[in-house]
Amino acid sequence: MDVWNWDFALSILPALLDGLLITLLATVLGSLLAFTLGLVFALLLRAPLGPVRVLVRGFVEFVRSTPLLVQIFFLFYVLPDYGVVLNAITVGVLGLGLHYATYTAEVYRAGIDAVPRGQWEAATALSLPRYRVWTGVVLPQAVPRVLPALGNYVISMFKETPLLIGIGVFDLVGQAREVGGIEFRYVEAYTLAGLFFLLLSYPSALLLRRLERRVGVL
Amino acid sequence: MSSELSQPTGEATRDWMIVFEGVEKRFGDHVVLSELDFAVRPGEHVTLIGPSGSGKTTILRLLMTLEKVNAGTIHVGGECLSHVRRNDQLVPADEKHCRRVRKKIGMVFQQFNLFPNMTVRGNLIEAPTRVLGLSKAEANARAEELLEMVGLGEKIDAHPTQLSGGQQQRVAIARALAMRPDVLLLDEVTSALDPELVAGVLKLLHDIGETTDITILCVTHEMGFARDFSHRVMMFDGGRVIEDAAPEELFTEPRQQRTRDFLRAVLERH
Repeated sequence: MDVWNWDFALSILPALLDGLLITLLATVLGSLLAFTLGLVFALLLRAPLGPVRVLVRGFVEFVRSTPLLVQIFFLFYVLPDYGVVLNAITVGVLGLGLHYATYTAEVYRAGIDAVPRGQWEAATALSLPRYRVWTGVVLPQAVPRVLPALGNYVISMFKETPLLIGIGVFDLVGQAREVGGIEFRYVEAYTLAGLFFLLLSYPSALLLRRLERRVGVL
Repeated sequence: MSSELSQPTGEATRDWMIVFEGVEKRFGDHVVLSELDFAVRPGEHVTLIGPSGSGKTTILRLLMTLEKVNAGTIHVGGECLSHVRRNDQLVPADEKHCRRVRKKIGMVFQQFNLFPNMTVRGNLIEAPTRVLGLSKAEANARAEELLEMVGLGEKIDAHPTQLSGGQQQRVAIARALAMRPDVLLLDEVTSALDPELVAGVLKLLHDIGETTDITILCVTHEMGFARDFSHRVMMFDGGRVIEDAAPEELFTEPRQQRTRDFLRAVLERH
């Protein structure tokens, strides 16, 4: 038996591409959730009310200090006990989004802190309402600066989606295991899966590096 | 110090644009201002001079509510800025109250502080539309008129980063005026400019002083400007007003030794 069989590799390609689609879907939706929720966390961490800050800080630290897989299992197996039944991919997106939101929150915080004090003072001197200080002055300056950092977390998340196999999501790696199992030929399946990851991660990383240089000029 | 000018009380606050009474400001243990009383008439131009750390800028920042007083009260246009009356007691003003009263006040900063994410136009129409409720068209008309006045009519769609320091400061002045303030605070507005750009900005401020009836409080090290521009000059030292007089008097025959020393030091440097 050859180590590498081209015919077999070609035959499993459609299934792998199906899996890749799921991986991309989970990454895109998970990222959107992480970007939104992370911003909410970052703002709540600056809330005037002390208890709100403590609560959010506690939650963020807790999520960061526990494994993503445990969180996904928790959402998948424990929530149904409380009547919340979600399908696997939804749980996957929630888990990824929530987990990475605790990291993006920190990224946003750094971006917000980097906005000079004078900008806040000018906004105050013009009596701008609070929401407008954020949406018109602070965030438009903070967010572009942190886009590369946010992008790096998207790549990280992309590479962690295979954890979703644990709750039965057929992502790229899930499909590879599946089609490999048919004839116990794993070399082609896992090699191709790895290649797909490489083909997407590496150019993205290069793109981000270029973005980083451009943002650096700002 | 002319005590008649400096200590209005009670009903008299209405005849004054700005009234400080017993104001104290500390940063930690460091007392920046103590027992400060002074008042400014509507339309008056008052320049605050004194060594750095003497509390001049803090006065402007208190008026802009960028800092809060530790004791005493501040009135602007007959309204208390620092405190509100609640259940017959004076309590420190909340954010809502501050925002309402400070609409009467505009400020120009040493570092310009234009919003870099907006065009010049955006900088000028932002607050008039969002705070005063002007329509886009009204705010635009006002912006264009003000930019003409500061000599930057053609820069309306430029970004602040494309402008020189002097041009940025002119835009910042126009931005403050777009709010039609009763009081304008100028915080060392030429200190960050290249020397050749200073004269233009000072000329502009001079024109604004001549053509409007805005009450202006100005912190500057430009003594020539202070002399031409102000109706009154207050010399600060150690958080107190040590001399308060018309410029021709204060600059030619200062009464306090401390003022004489300060003026000599400043003149030698320039």
